[in-house]
Amino acid sequence: MRPFSYQRATSAAEALRLASELPGARFIAGGTNLLDLMKLSIERPSHLIDINRIGLDRIEDTPEGGLRIGALVRNTDLASHKRVRKEYAVLTKAVVAGASGQIRNKASTAGNLLQRTRCPYFYNTDQPCNKRNPGSGCSAIGGFSRSLAIIGASDTCIATQPSDMAVALRLLDAIIEIERQDGSGRTIPIADLYKAPGTSPDVETTLAAGELITAVVLPPPSGGKHFYHKVRDRASYAFALVSVAVIVHDNGSGKVALGGVAPKPWRLETADAALPLGAEAATATLLASATPTHENAYKIPLVERTLGSILSQARS
Amino acid sequence: MKPSDIKVSRRTVLIGTAATAAIASVRPSLGATGDEVAAARMPLSLSINRRSYDVEVDPRTTLLDLLRENLKLTGTKKGCDHGQCGACTVIVNGRRINSCLSLALMHQGDECTTIEGLGEPDQLHEVQSAFIKHDAFQCGYCTPGQICSSVAVMDEIKRGVPSHVMADVAAQPGFTETEVRERMSGNICRCGAYSNILDAIMDVGGATS
Repeated sequence: MRPFSYQRATSAAEALRLASELPGARFIAGGTNLLDLMKLSIERPSHLIDINRIGLDRIEDTPEGGLRIGALVRNTDLASHKRVRKEYAVLTKAVVAGASGQIRNKASTAGNLLQRTRCPYFYNTDQPCNKRNPGSGCSAIGGFSRSLAIIGASDTCIATQPSDMAVALRLLDAIIEIERQDGSGRTIPIADLYKAPGTSPDVETTLAAGELITAVVLPPPSGGKHFYHKVRDRASYAFALVSVAVIVHDNGSGKVALGGVAPKPWRLETADAALPLGAEAATATLLASATPTHENAYKIPLVERTLGSILSQARS
Repeated sequence: MKPSDIKVSRRTVLIGTAATAAIASVRPSLGATGDEVAAARMPLSLSINRRSYDVEVDPRTTLLDLLRENLKLTGTKKGCDHGQCGACTVIVNGRRINSCLSLALMHQGDECTTIEGLGEPDQLHEVQSAFIKHDAFQCGYCTPGQICSSVAVMDEIKRGVPSHVMADVAAQPGFTETEVRERMSGNICRCGAYSNILDAIMDVGGATS
């Protein structure tokens, strides 16, 4: 690892102040992704601000009947929370489909949302990658693209966002609470957190420099049957080839979001409306603008069949 | 001196190797680009295996390197050093983590248990005994991580932590082979001793659940 200095913050305000004073600083929470990338010199912070002791580690009921999940709540605790398991089961299912028990014990809620892609060329520092080294080119386009995006990508980058948790949060219409250095706050729907890669795939989110995610808020539970089906190369501890998150009600209405296919959790409200018509119609709407490579075109029928399997389970 | 007079056990060789590595580690490990400038060392206090330690570390030191290189607790193993293999699994504040993916400085005041803290050679932890009874290893390199993970998995099932293989995630998980296989997926065994590892865990968990 490259040398860096390190400081522990004791509050969100202190963490934000330190970030404003230290250019090149990064916040570190669980560290399970950041340290991995620092060992490979892909992430090169000059300073780390440890935010593990600033609180924000509770899950609270909101007055509206939803939940406020602190940014530092560990993945295991989020998945284990009584109301999440019962009323937001798709979220528990998505979280426990990701990573390993050891990593879920450490990884934080906000850190999970901000984890970087697992595109093999992003990790291979010997190869061009516009996300790692802007302007150097994309090795994945024309390269080994089997695991990469089929939709929402650009001609500079076809990496996917790898979070399972983010797919469930997108399905649940979660709201992200953000604190700024001047002490003010703002909220954005999770649909607006991830930026399309366009010509700058190195910029992955709409967070401004020095902003800190402090919580993720869930609206009141919607009921329905919850599904999260993840298709991967191994039965456990592997990233998704595709994942399909669904909440479906007895009358056939519902909503659907996909993981493993795009630079963000993929959801279209028009596809939700097509869900009562079945998997074929919903997939056709969801993936109408897909531009797969010859190596990952299999993801389109895989999404349709996975969704079909979920809908037939929901009916039985 | 005849060759037969030289008494070098595998263990002595391993200790010798560890000492060499420790001397080399006086200089912090370097990234691929080889920055030789060491960052200022910082104080750290934590408890490991019920003993308090006050040390000074380069901020880059992982919890794994602190254990192995600085404190010579070489029971915890370095496999991939990227959180993929689980050889470095230790228990911190009652939870298993990958010690390679955590900075030592992030553990100020924490209580860490390594394989050395679970049992003693003449008083093994029940999971250590079960691994021997069921021949749950070949080369043994992943074993400390497998055992720390197993101990934590039994506690996780007892506490009702949900898993990917539960049909109903709101229910209490059972102590089944399917559950144990899923929960142990972050520990890789290159020798493929999985079925015996599973037998060892089921032996202990079945008796206590």
